[in-house]
Amino acid sequence: MDFSITAVELGKKIKAGEISVVEATTAYLDAMEAREKDINAFVTIDREGALARAEEVQKGIDEGKYTGPLAGVPVAIKDNMCVEGMLTTCSSKILSNFVPTYTATAVQKLIDAGAVIVGKANMDEFAMGSTTETSFYGETKNPWDLDRVPGGSSGGSAAAVAAEEVPFALGSDTGGSIRQPAGFCGVVGIKPTYGRVSRYGLIAYGSSLDQIGPLAKDVTDCATILEAICGKDDKDSTSVKEAGDDFTAALVDDVKGLKIGIPKDYLGEGLDPEVKESVLAAAKALEAKGAIVEEFDLSLVEYAIPAYYIIASAEASSNLERFDGVKYGYRTEEFSDLHNMYKKTRSEGFGPEVKRRIMLGSFVLSSGYFDAYYMKALRTKALIKKAFDKAFEKYDVILGPVAPTTALKLGESLSDPIKMYLGDIYTVSVNLAGLPGISLPCGYDKNGLPIGLQLLGKHFDEKTIIRAAYAFEQTSEYKRPAYAVERGE
Amino acid sequence: MQITDETIDYVGILAKLELSPEEKEQAKKDMTNMLEYVGKLNELDTEGVEPMSHTFSVNNVFREDVVTNGDDRENMLANAPEKKDGAYKVPRTFD
Amino acid sequence: MAKAYETVIGLEVHVELATKTKIFCGCSTAFGGAPNTHTCPVCTGMPGSLPVLNKEVVNKAIAVGLATNCTITQNCKFDRKNYFYPDNPQNYQISQLYYPICRNGKVEIEVEGKKKWIGIHEIHMEEDAGKLIHDPYTDSSLVDFNRSGVPLIEIVSEPDMRSAEEVIAYLDKLRMTIQYLGASDCKLNEGSMRADVNLSIREVGAEEFGTRTEMKNLNSFKAIARAIENERERQIDILEAGEKVVQETRRWDDTKEYSYAMRSKEDAQDYRYFPDPDLVPIIISDEWLDDIRAKQPEFREEKKARYQEEYGLPEYDADILTGTKKLADIFEETIALDANPKKVSNWLMVETMRILKEKEMDADDITFSAKNLAKLIKLTDSQAINSTVAKEVFEKIFEDDIDPESYVEEKGLKTVNDEGALRSTIEQVIADNPQSVEDYRNGKEKAIGFLVGQTMKAMKGKANPGMVNQILKELL
Repeated sequence: MDFSITAVELGKKIKAGEISVVEATTAYLDAMEAREKDINAFVTIDREGALARAEEVQKGIDEGKYTGPLAGVPVAIKDNMCVEGMLTTCSSKILSNFVPTYTATAVQKLIDAGAVIVGKANMDEFAMGSTTETSFYGETKNPWDLDRVPGGSSGGSAAAVAAEEVPFALGSDTGGSIRQPAGFCGVVGIKPTYGRVSRYGLIAYGSSLDQIGPLAKDVTDCATILEAICGKDDKDSTSVKEAGDDFTAALVDDVKGLKIGIPKDYLGEGLDPEVKESVLAAAKALEAKGAIVEEFDLSLVEYAIPAYYIIASAEASSNLERFDGVKYGYRTEEFSDLHNMYKKTRSEGFGPEVKRRIMLGSFVLSSGYFDAYYMKALRTKALIKKAFDKAFEKYDVILGPVAPTTALKLGESLSDPIKMYLGDIYTVSVNLAGLPGISLPCGYDKNGLPIGLQLLGKHFDEKTIIRAAYAFEQTSEYKRPAYAVERGE
Repeated sequence: MQITDETIDYVGILAKLELSPEEKEQAKKDMTNMLEYVGKLNELDTEGVEPMSHTFSVNNVFREDVVTNGDDRENMLANAPEKKDGAYKVPRTFD
Repeated sequence: MAKAYETVIGLEVHVELATKTKIFCGCSTAFGGAPNTHTCPVCTGMPGSLPVLNKEVVNKAIAVGLATNCTITQNCKFDRKNYFYPDNPQNYQISQLYYPICRNGKVEIEVEGKKKWIGIHEIHMEEDAGKLIHDPYTDSSLVDFNRSGVPLIEIVSEPDMRSAEEVIAYLDKLRMTIQYLGASDCKLNEGSMRADVNLSIREVGAEEFGTRTEMKNLNSFKAIARAIENERERQIDILEAGEKVVQETRRWDDTKEYSYAMRSKEDAQDYRYFPDPDLVPIIISDEWLDDIRAKQPEFREEKKARYQEEYGLPEYDADILTGTKKLADIFEETIALDANPKKVSNWLMVETMRILKEKEMDADDITFSAKNLAKLIKLTDSQAINSTVAKEVFEKIFEDDIDPESYVEEKGLKTVNDEGALRSTIEQVIADNPQSVEDYRNGKEKAIGFLVGQTMKAMKGKANPGMVNQILKELL
């Protein structure tokens, strides 16, 4: 089987009867088996369930029940989305035995579209991290260089797509967790506008920032997947029905007159020269196609990370209180009383990065500090949103890098948390402002590692960034990591 | 600000986390650094700025008062570490 | 005691709202299900579940706010209150701190003829916790989340009360108002209304408030009165001893009649409130408010006045009848079936009250229907049954809500108006009781009562008492 094809291409082949759903699923499951010992992109692989489901979907396709572009296409789900009957761990010991009895809405929509879930993708524990090294189930490796991180927190999802273990995956993005691993792994990822995709069944990290989105090989796949999973959900009060959700209609190679702004603040100190060069070259390519590109001052960029870490940690400290050994998940074996049970369960069940953020979050919400930290951060958030609103009065799209560097070496960033946090500088403000963003490969550094380009749009205007991304994609060739190529058919 | 042992212990009570002596030292260091770092926000004048929880203006999302759920006890208890008589079992809460 | 002290009391009253479903999920709020049979991922705090607000909760909270003269917060929000306890599945409770739905209200109470306004600081919406049951066999606790997520409003008063009597009057006023709204049944013993008492002591004339304590676990009006008295004494003793009252939460044990501090080093009382990001703001338009205002029912004071004016009832009777929504409802429903208001009032004031007292029941526990009471009144009006039989039948109505017409028919309880039959029975009674006859003839008027009784007994109580008297006198 040709693993280089995209999800939509595979869907077409299945529809045309060139390959059966069972054949495709088996091929990917075999690929996963062969590659997982190197990559470790998965926490759970459900071979048996996937094959049974593949047969069912094939029948559904034959009977005309599944007619959409994703019918019969295998998919990996980030392990923080609940899937009924499938272990869902958030890559944490504290949920190491949790089998949900309900399914996340976004996942259900994929199931309804005929996708075949083959497994749950590895991630940073509770999505806290940018490298997938904080997983209880071991780090995921970057298919471009097995000594490097795939990025995070949706590192398993991105690596699985890059290594061609699955045609596409779902990830979640709280501060860059889809876009940055997509950038590090040379694939495409979309973080939709906050509210575009239901969060029901997504195990919360920072509830006001979290958003589910697709990771795949190209812009067409991502637009198609997003079209399948978006929409208002009665189970999520913060999900909305907004116009402009016919994303595939934006897959046109036309950026004439499109106004693109590049924040000068995104090109300054800390940005790797090779990344900068590549991103500016992408801007030139769009300009050559008729877009109007200029640099501008976005302002407030350096305040986004502190505001983000206060808000995300505060929300996380509250969201993660429910993991207490009472209703589900891990419970410590020996304890003297209730509070001892709580403390031992949580101290044994959470890893260091999660504990660090819970401690910080609990502190900033505690009596006497709430105004100074949390409220201050919410006010900063308002200012950042305003800065973007102002920029979007002038520009249709904001263009910049996804991350300051390409993929780091394993273990390189864990020693200094603040250094790791600084890697999120170009991604977190998008979550604070609730905006949509897309990440796609725009070049490769001297080590052959992919460089990510980020395009940001107005609220609920994913279509414009999809159009710009699609137009840019026409100027470049999708590159497969040597690892995937060598593994071959 | 310098984070003290007392603060770490206090936050440990709030967050129900019990840190080993080494973890405590590390937590003190981490939190002190982190607070110093996020203290950067104090450079910003946010006087008169309304704190923003949501970035979109969605409001009044309601359910109608209609029972939609039936008895799903088996599923709700399926993951319980300990259960008895259809209830979650926990260490005693009564004095 | 040299100094004179004043007790300063404020109340936090929790009321369970009478909605069909929970505040944030579609689970039933019905009482009495087996443990955890009314639960779902939302109300058991499953990972990834999200709350969606029940609109009826907002409607009812607004209605209570309007009825207690509050200002409605037209842009209100929910916050999370964080604390670990097994009955709290998320380990945070969704509540309102920063923008509660109602503020600045007041209600008027009356104690010993003196009227007084009690201020309401705020009313907020929140979710109830689950129930913990001690399991003696394993010495552990069992958690039932059936009550988890049942909607509550918390009504926080100003520290305006000065005695247990005022507290009871205030609670009674709230209960009545909320019952009239149909927003809750407000039963203290079943927990659908719960009061926490904040109490402090200061010297009479002092301007500053003393340090207050909060008393929990008060399950009846009597317990509240006892706890207030006890806490007042305790705080005075502390002050008299030259010591300081400690601000703390105390738990009342009504059987032992004493309270103890609920202190634990694991309980920091630092709830880290912050806006709940899973819920969106509630914007309450003027139209929405007008709509609820238009649907507000007639409250007790208005009803009481109307009963006196429209039906000519004495103030005392009108007061009792409007004293619970249930009685007022039965009264009005029975009248609507063409029964005479005074007669209906009489049945409710006399027989109903008597039986309630005998059985130690509340008016809220009444189960008989207005329809059957109206039929009973019709039977007495037409003299189809006499008053003795009527009382007997009413007891059956009270008990089982029987249909009096068929019951009377079935049991043959109709009054005997047949003069011939009466006359022959009475003749027999006179013949059988010569001593009483002689007593009567010798001027012992009372003896006739015995003869009437004997006649009634012989006729199994169904004789028309007026006719019996008349015939007896005639024959004697």
